This record gives sequence, structure tokens and C-alpha cells, in this order.
Amino acid sequence: MDTNNNYHDEVTIAGFGGQGIILVGKLLAQTAMQAGIEVTYMPSYGAEIRGGTANSMIIMSSKPIPSPVITYPTSLVVMNKASADKFAPRVEENGLIVYNSSLIDKLPSHNSSIDVLAVNADDIAGEINNPRGANMVMLGAYLIKRNVMTVDQATEALPKVLAKRYHKTLPANIEALRRGAEVASKTG
Amino acid sequence: MSGNEAMAEAAIRAGCDAYFGYPITPQSEIPAYMARRMGQENRVFVQCESELAAINMVFGAAATGKRVMTTSSSPGISLMQEGISYLAGAQLPSVIVNVMRGGPGLGNIAPSQSDYFQGTRGGGHGDYRTITLAPSTVQEWVDMMPLAFDLADQYCNPVMILADGILGQMMEPIEFKTVPGRKLPQKDWALTGCKGREQNIVRSLWLADGVLEDLNLKIQDKLREIEENEIICEQSQTEDADIVLVAYGVSARIVRTAVDLAREQGIKAGWIRPVSLWPFPMDVINAAAQDLKMFLVVEMSHGQMIDDVKIAVAGKCPVAFFGRAGGGVPTVEQVLDKIRELSILSDN
Repeated sequence: MDTNNNYHDEVTIAGFGGQGIILVGKLLAQTAMQAGIEVTYMPSYGAEIRGGTANSMIIMSSKPIPSPVITYPTSLVVMNKASADKFAPRVEENGLIVYNSSLIDKLPSHNSSIDVLAVNADDIAGEINNPRGANMVMLGAYLIKRNVMTVDQATEALPKVLAKRYHKTLPANIEALRRGAEVASKTG
Repeated sequence: MSGNEAMAEAAIRAGCDAYFGYPITPQSEIPAYMARRMGQENRVFVQCESELAAINMVFGAAATGKRVMTTSSSPGISLMQEGISYLAGAQLPSVIVNVMRGGPGLGNIAPSQSDYFQGTRGGGHGDYRTITLAPSTVQEWVDMMPLAFDLADQYCNPVMILADGILGQMMEPIEFKTVPGRKLPQKDWALTGCKGREQNIVRSLWLADGVLEDLNLKIQDKLREIEENEIICEQSQTEDADIVLVAYGVSARIVRTAVDLAREQGIKAGWIRPVSLWPFPMDVINAAAQDLKMFLVVEMSHGQMIDDVKIAVAGKCPVAFFGRAGGGVPTVEQVLDKIRELSILSDN
């Protein structure tokens, strides 16, 4: 784990309501917290539950974090086209974009120094019979790309953020995390 | 655990005996959490039919000497103002949390700091103030709850906490600490059943000649005592600063990052963060005004706390402003741009 004095990642996770954006954001924040990293988590909260836009802002750092609000993310995990159009142009130089290529055919213009990874998250989630697990696939891919926290650490944090009545879905979600990680590992 | 839930747990640990509330975004997690936890603790939870009912139940429960809290967001707090004035008039300890959202009117559910005037001027009718505190991190909000109940009990006055939608919704690691409480006066005024003693009366209606004037003087004495003893304020990098930013709550976090970046660019910037908004840290700001080129006040409003900063500065130096409201949150970049612009202006 690389949490030296310079670690700082401002992650925006975005999609539409119902894709599990808030849950996966909480999972990343919980994982970071259990790994001893400074972290803030800010959801967009809306009257809309399904169909509206949703995003989570997670700042992780080796130093205490003053402002929890992200204007220019260093990492973007994006699950639908509307959110890609909104957030991709704002990603910082040398940043990271992991996008859901099942729903996004093409990213809008963004800085050429950005590391871009396409993950067909909905297709993968469908293959493993966990169609609601696309969010976990995306997070698995992000974790590998950043190489700061591991999928195992996220797996350990998962029961803390998932409501007890959904704990029967733990194995399916862990599988989704692993599949996302595999995709990212293959592309290097 | 969101900021809302963390605060609710802290209130329980601070000995909140009864909670009355009505849901409204962005603070609905508080009544939801209280609904679950207060029963487990054998305490009182009531989801009221309205904010009016909630604040008047606070009045009734506070009159019995119990620790009482209600929470709401801006439009709901407006509805409570009559009751808050009555609490102040009857001198009843109580804690009221406002997780501010965009206004005016029903506004929206985005974070805001546009209730500063309402929160620091009393809000309702009559000559009174609430002790008003503004946390900027979830940890600070949690730590503030025992203090809020203590202050209410010590001074027999409503205490208002001004948070905002960001603080309510965000998560960050926190720790519940046990701190020794203040030594508090006996609640010998409380309505606990008068068998074997003189009857106590709690009221805010005083019609007899001169009685209300005396009560007002008594309340004013109390408020002066609070002003002398209960100011809380944080500051950093103000000693050598040319420009000092003043912000509270979540805005102060944004300002902190902007000031750090300005320092990296060679601009001598510092910041002051009032934690108690009433009583306001007049002396701290007045002292800083002495050797300063200017202040910059940053708020999620179109300029409310700036009035208090100007009163404190008393014309010693200019006071500039940057703010956004109605759901707009000042970004670090916007604040930094403003600092740069002002520092170029003041150099010429």
C-alpha cells in the first residue's frame, strides 16, 4: 500500500440513480478509512431515487482534508453518458478515467494525458448473473488502476456499508469486484 | 455514518432525553436515526405532525427540566421561530439544529448558509439571542453536542447549531469522545410536580407593569455574560498576513485549502473561523484588522456574516466579499482567484 506523504486522490463516481453510485462511493470511503487513509465522502443527494443523476465525491489523502468538495477530480469513475459528458472534461491532467463502455460509446474530449480505461461493466455484471453489480465491477477496476488499496480490502469493508438485509448478495458483489479487477489487470 | 447520524448519536450520548422532529431534506437522517435509537435508550422520540408541533413539544418537555432537542432545515426552522422566541422568553434550555438548505422560500435541498441572520439575530420576535454555533467538520459537530446541551442548561437559553447540507450528508472518520461536562446549576425552576414545595410557573407572558422590562434586563445581563465567556474562534496564519479570510462552517474548509494554495503562490493570506456565530468573535477580528490590508469574507450566501465582520472591523480596513447561494458552493479555485485579484489590487 502506497500511502506516503504525497498520496492524494479526488475521486468522482457518477451515473444515474439506481446504479449504486452512492453505495460504491461509501464502499470506497469505508475501504480507505479501514486502510488508515484520511478520507471524506460527499454524496449528491436528490429527491430522485431512480433515473436522476447521482454522484459521490471521495477525497483520499495522506494529509487531513480541508474541503470535501471536488471541482476537478483526479479520478473519474463514470457509469452513464450524461455523467461522462459532464465530468470527463473536468478531470485533471495525468488523471484517471474508468468508464462504463456498456453504456458510454465514446468519451467527450478530455485532456490527452489522462489514463483511460473502458470497462463493459453492465455486460460483465450480466455474465455473472448480478446485473446490479456493475458498480462493483467499476470499483474493482479503479482499485487495480490506482494500486493503493486492494480488492481484498474492499471486500472486508463491504459488509459495513451494505445493509444487513442485502448481506446475501455479498458473494455476488465480491465476485463483481474481482471481475472488474481482472479487466483492469489485463489491460495493465 | 453520515454527519447527520453522527450528530444524532452524539446528542444521545450528551444526554438528550427527548427529541421532537419532522422530516425535511437534508436532515431527514436525524429523525430516522433518533426513531431507531431513542427507543433503545428508553427515551422519548416523537415524529410530530409539523415543525410547529415539534418546537412547542420542545417547550413543554424543556419546562420539565429534561434535555431536549429538535432538528430541521431552513424552511422548517422558519416555522419554528415563534416557538424559539417563547423558549427565549421563558428561558428554557433547548438545542435546535438547523441543517441549512437553499432559500428563500421552500428553496431547494442544496447546502447553504443563508440563515445566518435568522440564526444570530434571534430569529423570532423580541429582544433575545440564541447561542449559535457552527461546526465545520463532522468531528467538530459531534464534539459540539455536549457543549450545546451544557450551554443551554447553564444559561437557560435556546442553543442553535447552524450546519449545512454538506456537513449533514458527508462522511468522514470520527471518534466519540467522553469529555467531562460543565458544573451546571440545579433546575429548581422545572415543572416536576410541586408536592412539598412552592409551585413553579414557566411562561413568557408578563402583563403586570414593569415585569417584562425587568425580565428583559435580566435576559440582557445573561446575554452579556455569554458574550464575555463563550466566544469560540479558530485562526491560522494571521500574524504576518496581508489578507485574512473569514468564513464559518463548510465554507471555512474551502477557505483553508484556498489559503494554503495562496501561500504557495507567495500571497500572505490567513484565515479566521468563527465557531460561535453568536456571540461573535468581535475582538479577534478587530485585533487582526490592525495590521491588515483587507479582509475577505466567504459565505454560501450573498453576504450575511459580513455585516458582523464590518461591525468588528469598525472601518479599520476594507472588507471584501465572495459568496454563492441557492445551492452554489464556492469552489477553492474561485476563492483563490478572488484572493489573487484582491492582492493585485492592494499592491497597486
